[in-house]
Amino acid sequence: MKRIGTLIIGAGQAGLAMSRCLSDRNIPHVVLERGEIANSWRHERWDSLRLLTPNWQSRLPGFAYQGDDPDGFMSMPEVTRFLNDYATASRATVEDRTRVLSVTRLDNGYRVATDRGDWNCGTLILATGACNVASVPALAADIPSRVDQITALDYRNPDQLAPGGVLVVGASATGVQLAAEIRAAGHEVILSAGEHIRMPRHYRGRDIQWWMDRAGIQTMQVDEVDDIDRARRVPSLQLIGSHAQRFCDLSSLAAQGVEIVGRLSAVRDGTALFSGALHNHCALSDLKMNRLLDTLDAWAEDTGLSGVGPVERFAATPCPASSRLSLYLGRGHIRTILWATGFRPDYSWLHLPVFDRKGALMHREGLVAPGLYVLGLPFMRQRNSALIDGVGADATALADHILCTRGRSAA
Amino acid sequence: MQTSTMTKPVSNGVNTEALLGARGAFAEMPEAAAFTFRSTCDWKDGTHSTNAINGYFGLGQNHERKETFRIDSDHPEVFAAADRAPTPPEIVLAALASCLSGGVAAVAQHRGIQLHHMRAIVEGDIDVRGILGMDPDIRNGFSAIRVSFEIDADATADEIRALVAQSQKRSAVFDLITNPTSVNVTVA
Repeated sequence: MKRIGTLIIGAGQAGLAMSRCLSDRNIPHVVLERGEIANSWRHERWDSLRLLTPNWQSRLPGFAYQGDDPDGFMSMPEVTRFLNDYATASRATVEDRTRVLSVTRLDNGYRVATDRGDWNCGTLILATGACNVASVPALAADIPSRVDQITALDYRNPDQLAPGGVLVVGASATGVQLAAEIRAAGHEVILSAGEHIRMPRHYRGRDIQWWMDRAGIQTMQVDEVDDIDRARRVPSLQLIGSHAQRFCDLSSLAAQGVEIVGRLSAVRDGTALFSGALHNHCALSDLKMNRLLDTLDAWAEDTGLSGVGPVERFAATPCPASSRLSLYLGRGHIRTILWATGFRPDYSWLHLPVFDRKGALMHREGLVAPGLYVLGLPFMRQRNSALIDGVGADATALADHILCTRGRSAA
Repeated sequence: MQTSTMTKPVSNGVNTEALLGARGAFAEMPEAAAFTFRSTCDWKDGTHSTNAINGYFGLGQNHERKETFRIDSDHPEVFAAADRAPTPPEIVLAALASCLSGGVAAVAQHRGIQLHHMRAIVEGDIDVRGILGMDPDIRNGFSAIRVSFEIDADATADEIRALVAQSQKRSAVFDLITNPTSVNVTVA
């Protein structure tokens, strides 16, 4: 049994940022990592993926991108290298290849059992990420067995897929990027789209992330939005980490030859049934994009911003008057279904009464229970909490809270 | 801008506070949110029938209304019927229009937008060779439904479009028309 004041689980950007903030406050701690530093980026992403945020926006406490391409987008090997460099620069104490098996409550802290021995700690920080498990709808069980099913977590490149048609389910950033890549590789692709939000990569001559950063959209706090539960469920923007195309949205995919259908709502007798609400989902997407652009324009006007291009508006999504409502899966022309239906964290090892009715971890701005914290969840404290650029502010706030609490308990 | 709405309180006849209160209550007690609606349909003659709608279950108990509502249905004379009432598909179109209109009013109230006039014109295309069993490739139901809203409100065109979009997002009838529903018909 090893003892330490503070333990962090996970050595991604969240765990490393937390480690750095604790070191800055002279709080002894250890980071447990199931695999290697940046394990998810290294092993659980598709090959062509690049960050959706430009390089300059990879800012962590005491560390930032210093390369010569601030407007570029990091590949996964580059993200891995970036986080490794951060760990080195921060002298983080990482116990790698140490998988946490269970966390239980002790009188004065937590017991963390791992496959390499147990730890007791007074303070525990969960930094295991928001995307450990692919969320797949229950109706996947009704898909005929002759159709291959693969999730976005297991997808690497189009070579993995059987020749033939692919039904991509989900049209957030993941779904649209994968639909584009698989279509470009020559497959027939049908994309099933529910709620989604299109967004231009660059606007008025600047990257959209620059706008959202400068206008304070990314750093909006939980109490600045009407309904935080809804804000946490907002799908990721339809963006791709590339300057080669302005949009990676339903319009660009349709132009590429991808067939767009509504949300997959049921599978009956081997037939996939799609919602007839595609038109409204396209309208909502256009409205949401325009609402954000209005906000950015108003901010530019108010601040007297110069050096940007003129106000732009984009053609509405050309939604077909009637989209396909059913697709028979038994005929063999759809060989693969790719689930791009979101991700969720895995806390199956967390044996504590800290979950709501639907199994989601309950927390208030990262505080789960006395001495127990979480980091890196969508809109945890502010909108960019789950981004590399946002986790630093959260880590700083939690480290201050830990410092305060320790001070009180020591006194 | 909604500056004109700042001077007097918005009233679309929707009790937003009560609805928000219900949300809070159902978050605490999800069982109470389980409702069952009912209609009892008596066949009269030919295609003519009458629905009586009164009792429903919700908030953990059965409720009885002060009045029993009746909805009759029949078919027009071109189908060799007496045309005493709208056809069932027309009632579905009416239900969709009412559901969306009520939704727009509620969302507008919540967003502080005063409505002055709202009308929805709804059309459904149906190829009756489907119900006559003449062609298995033709479905029985509507092949397409169009709803056109005329709305006069203290809001921009985009704000009005957003009301209509949000109403569709939260509409029961829109959902049950655009998505499949499991229907179980038995004989007592």
